[in-house]
Amino acid sequence: MASREIKIGGLGGQGVIMAGMIIGRAASLHDDKYATLIQAFGPEARGAACNAQVLIDDTPILYPYVRSPEFLVTLSQDAFRLFSPELRDGGVLLFDEDMVDPAGLRPGLRKFGVPATRFAESLGRKQVLNLIVVGFFTAITGLISEAAARKAVAETVPPSTLALNTRAFEMGLAHGRQLLSERGGF
Amino acid sequence: MSASVSDKGLLSGRLFIDGDHACAEGAIAAGCRFAAGYPITPSTEIVERLALRFPLVGGTFIQMEDELAASITAIGAAWGGTKSLCVTSGPGFSLMMENLGYAAMTETPIVFVDVQRGGPSTGLPTLPAQADMMQVRWGSHGDFRVIALCPSSPQECFDMTIEAFRLAERYRTPVVLMMDEVVGHMTERVVIPPPEEISQEPRRITRRPPEDFRLFEPRDDLVPDMCPLGKGYNIHVTGLTHDERGYPVLNVASQDSLIRRLKDKLLCNAGDIVRWEARDLEDAEIAVLSYGITSRIAQRAVEMARAEGLCAGSFRLLTAWPFPEEAVRALAGKVKAIVVPELNLGQMVIEAERAAAGRCAVVSVDHAGGAVHSPEVILDAMRAAAGRR
Repeated sequence: MASREIKIGGLGGQGVIMAGMIIGRAASLHDDKYATLIQAFGPEARGAACNAQVLIDDTPILYPYVRSPEFLVTLSQDAFRLFSPELRDGGVLLFDEDMVDPAGLRPGLRKFGVPATRFAESLGRKQVLNLIVVGFFTAITGLISEAAARKAVAETVPPSTLALNTRAFEMGLAHGRQLLSERGGF
Repeated sequence: MSASVSDKGLLSGRLFIDGDHACAEGAIAAGCRFAAGYPITPSTEIVERLALRFPLVGGTFIQMEDELAASITAIGAAWGGTKSLCVTSGPGFSLMMENLGYAAMTETPIVFVDVQRGGPSTGLPTLPAQADMMQVRWGSHGDFRVIALCPSSPQECFDMTIEAFRLAERYRTPVVLMMDEVVGHMTERVVIPPPEEISQEPRRITRRPPEDFRLFEPRDDLVPDMCPLGKGYNIHVTGLTHDERGYPVLNVASQDSLIRRLKDKLLCNAGDIVRWEARDLEDAEIAVLSYGITSRIAQRAVEMARAEGLCAGSFRLLTAWPFPEEAVRALAGKVKAIVVPELNLGQMVIEAERAAAGRCAVVSVDHAGGAVHSPEVILDAMRAAAGRR
């Protein structure tokens, strides 16, 4: 089987790398698949474009980079502009509705939006937007199981923030499931 | 949780970590308790993790003023009786060359790590290369030899760091872990066995009393024992050509016997040191010889070749130095061509060509660094070598 290719793009500080880390950890440690995470980011720690590339496979992964993502998650307009042309035919865009206007997306590609920034603000902590995105990703793509994702969240976020991050994860998950049921499935 | 920490601070279980962190954990698992470095991308995460973890296991990390200081400090710590590590990348590795030779000459058991990035000079700090492969073999002056290992995944960064310490202690020699930026920064599953299942190579400590002990007198395997410090053994360690007591003897006979033994020490024990991995070579017409991150891309190319009916196989160097000369020569007698992709403009291919000695074609698939090869480029070279263009 060819690797499932996922790219997550956004700005430094949005938790892009941690989102990739949770997805990869869920797949490789708890769903017993193979996963590889490659992170690329500019020299600036905050505010610069950054991206995480995650591959998931049933067999060991050889080529470690995403060449043409099947799933693209964009948390900033820049990331959408830069990476959406890379989406393969039949690919899926997931995006933060508050940060990204997906106008100009190639016809034939599916897109699913989540108001991640607003959800995070409603929880009182803008930093948890990446957990909302991970929950949303889990619901929409089905690439990682909910149980695996929950374990990976618990292993990744600082223990003192687990309750808040879990709520964020669940908000994203619920939103994704509702969207799928409204649209009659994936 | 997937991983646990023992009461001695040792980690085990299943982790999702990058190769740099895996290397740091491998060092801790091997019993290394001293590291020195001058942080440099893309190796910084190794010393960051050691700086965080060492205090929990009774180890010490010192950030030195530069790589000369870092490497000589680690050598000093090794002589003090602690398994020691120094960590760097290209520009720092150049500065460590003098002390790499000093460690070889003084037969210091020590591990160097070079996480290779694009060069020469400061080059491409955050991007990969494999262009220090000849530097590790020839970069210090004089006829020195070291062992060099090439991991291709975070799991192998862990496993080979332990192996590097085993070899360093067993053969009283510097061992260099030749990582690359991709392997260092990629995150994958790493399984760390329980501490009781990891064997730590003990130091070769003499059983002789101080009056009968010579610090550079080889045993049957050409490796001399060391002695405990602070127990009445008076020793002298020098980079000058020395006799078995360690005292400078600057003449032809002394030079000849010492330098030949340092060479033979690694070559005569090659059976225990040199490792490679052969895949799909039984019926292969074309072999791909590779190492580090490139070996994974090469394996993909081999699978693509097989899918189109081209009988290809892979020969992966786990040990780059000493080079598995006889195995490559035997391989060259069986295949039509050996294709050598690497992230440099042709380094290990020279060695492959030398070992093949005209028995088959040897084809370089070079790359100046900054990214990995496309599998298709390697596949094209295999097709051409098989006469299928």
